[in-house]
Amino acid sequence: MSPFLVVFALMIVTPLAYSMYLSLFRNQLMGGTTFAGFANYVTALTDPKLWDGAGRVGLFLVVQVPIMLLLALVAALAIDSGRLHGRSFFRVALFLPYAVPGVVAVLMWGYMYDDRLGLTATVNDLVGFALLDPYTKRWILTAIGNIVTWEFVGYNMLILYSALKTVPHEVYEAAAIDGAGQFRIVRSIKLPAVRGALVIATIFSILGSFQLFNEPNILKEIQPALISSYYTPNIYAYNLTFAGNQVSYAATVAIVMGLVTAVIAYVVQLRGTRREA
Amino acid sequence: MTITRTGRVAAGALTALLAVSLTACSGGGGDGGGGEGATADEIEAALQEGGSLTYWTWTPQAEKQIEEFEKAYPDVDVTLVDTVGAGESNTKLQNAIAAGKGVPDVVQIEYQSIPQFQLPGQLVDLTQYGFDELESLYTPSTWGAVSQNGGIWGLPQDSGPMAFFYNQEVFDDVGVEVPTTWDEYIEVARAVKQDDPDRCLANDSGDPGFTTSMIWQAGGTPFQNDGESVTIDLADEGTTRFAEMYQPLIDDELLCRLPGWSDEWYAALNDGTIASVALGAWMPGILEDGVPDGAGKWRVAPMPTYDGTPTNAENGGSTESIPGAAENKLLAAGFLKWLNASDESIQAFMETGGFPATVEHLGSEEFLGYESEYFGGQKINEVLAGGAADVNEGWQYLPWQSYANSVFADTVGQAWLDRSSLLDGLAAWQEENVAYGTDQGFTVNG
Repeated sequence: MSPFLVVFALMIVTPLAYSMYLSLFRNQLMGGTTFAGFANYVTALTDPKLWDGAGRVGLFLVVQVPIMLLLALVAALAIDSGRLHGRSFFRVALFLPYAVPGVVAVLMWGYMYDDRLGLTATVNDLVGFALLDPYTKRWILTAIGNIVTWEFVGYNMLILYSALKTVPHEVYEAAAIDGAGQFRIVRSIKLPAVRGALVIATIFSILGSFQLFNEPNILKEIQPALISSYYTPNIYAYNLTFAGNQVSYAATVAIVMGLVTAVIAYVVQLRGTRREA
Repeated sequence: MTITRTGRVAAGALTALLAVSLTACSGGGGDGGGGEGATADEIEAALQEGGSLTYWTWTPQAEKQIEEFEKAYPDVDVTLVDTVGAGESNTKLQNAIAAGKGVPDVVQIEYQSIPQFQLPGQLVDLTQYGFDELESLYTPSTWGAVSQNGGIWGLPQDSGPMAFFYNQEVFDDVGVEVPTTWDEYIEVARAVKQDDPDRCLANDSGDPGFTTSMIWQAGGTPFQNDGESVTIDLADEGTTRFAEMYQPLIDDELLCRLPGWSDEWYAALNDGTIASVALGAWMPGILEDGVPDGAGKWRVAPMPTYDGTPTNAENGGSTESIPGAAENKLLAAGFLKWLNASDESIQAFMETGGFPATVEHLGSEEFLGYESEYFGGQKINEVLAGGAADVNEGWQYLPWQSYANSVFADTVGQAWLDRSSLLDGLAAWQEENVAYGTDQGFTVNG
């Protein structure tokens, strides 16, 4: 076997196969671990908690990802335009949140969201009424989306920016000679140039959305009643494993969500590459 | 008791799939009950012969205790692993047992988590070492917590009879007296809020440990289990009594909706925003450590009652146990017995702020006469030990209390969020637990 295959087998195939193996059992406090066939999968397909979480990350995906990628695209175009003063500063500043460990970022935001001590309190005091109310059922998902956007705009901007950087300078010169304005250049040269990168960034973001865990899980410490034990499929699997003694069912949840994610990512990739062709 | 954030967060960094693949499924393992027993002489011989063992704990006093132990038994080498807190310790232990590797010889377990490990046969029954004879050393409630399903699954380390800790300065400032009944408690809560809307008598955002202890104090016994069959009644007389008393605190938003153990919580205790806490007798150590600005201001009083008759409950507290998969059980048994049944060890435990579970030490003059500087010279142990005598008997936790606690916020916790009915929340919690218990192979009545 080639070295690649060895690593692939160890790192990718083994954990997957093992999880699939696990998912065929049933763990009980009374009765121990017994073979269950595909019973866990049948349960998972109709498990309201799992699909509640899946629906939530689906909504998150549809709303947060486009906003984040649009912001990243605008930032990449601005930095690439050459008209922005101090663009290397902005490039670093926008990327910086990505370098902050996710846990720290959430703790920081979690504190700012506090309506007694945090930034929210300051803003609300300033305007004289409760303008911001992140810790409510209505706004908590938006609040999480805000944190994720803050964390990943810079990262996605870099992906798009590096794609823009590959456009040869002569193309812009030619466009300028042909009388194209900035907006025309953006529409006809820059946007087509970042399409491939945009597809990749979208796929990363889809994976990220379905694996949403850190942000809600840390906020759960602060607001236990707002974020349920099945808020996202990953939180659900985590809780099943570590509090619920249900490793096998958690493995099933992970596999089912893995399949859902793979299908969606595949569809996006197909659509993305077809347009490119 | 103290749930640290960093640890849980680090664990949280794993994706579900990873987490799942880490948790190997090599079955329960361990020999639940049977196996090799030993007499006191054999255990003592093993200690003299020496060896090494691993001890998992989050007890701050452990270091001092081990120092003493190694003085007494120089040939035994104890490796201390700080597990930081109960939640994290449970997860670690569960993983180690499942993996069949790195299982400690002696491990600290909260009383309420014993069934989680005992039922799948993962703990050693200590009757085989004759530890059942140690019963008279401990308070009935702590002994009751370690003896269930026909075995002894640990030796009690500490106990947490509840008490009412309050900031005298804030009370003086508002001009209120210490509440002796829950009706008075609600009036004081109202007065504190009226005096300054940013301040509150206490914080609560729906905490399973606190709520179950409060039900216990009200005389409720919502969980009954005899191993295989479990009865759940979260609408019994005591539970209802608690819920009806507590509802106005939720409806009128008299409490700070702030979870315990958070940085904000410590900050609020320090600056007097939160004027009291009703928690276990281990709280003085936490206050001295985490609330330095409160030095000299805090006092302790017995728990408020419902009708003037003193009743109490335990809150937290843990035992040390020997996992079935421990490598050196004989040595572990020797260490465990020394740790929680020897005067040297318990003295060391008490000197550094521990609240023991042994009757003799709880009643000792030295302990009762201790004047705490932090509490303005108050003889706090008189109050705390007095509370230990009033603990209601007959309380049991669920065999799956960790899981039950993990879905508490989904159900009961909603009452705090929506200002809705606590009894409805408790009913929803019951439903979740009946479903889970049935799925886990128990016969559940509820």
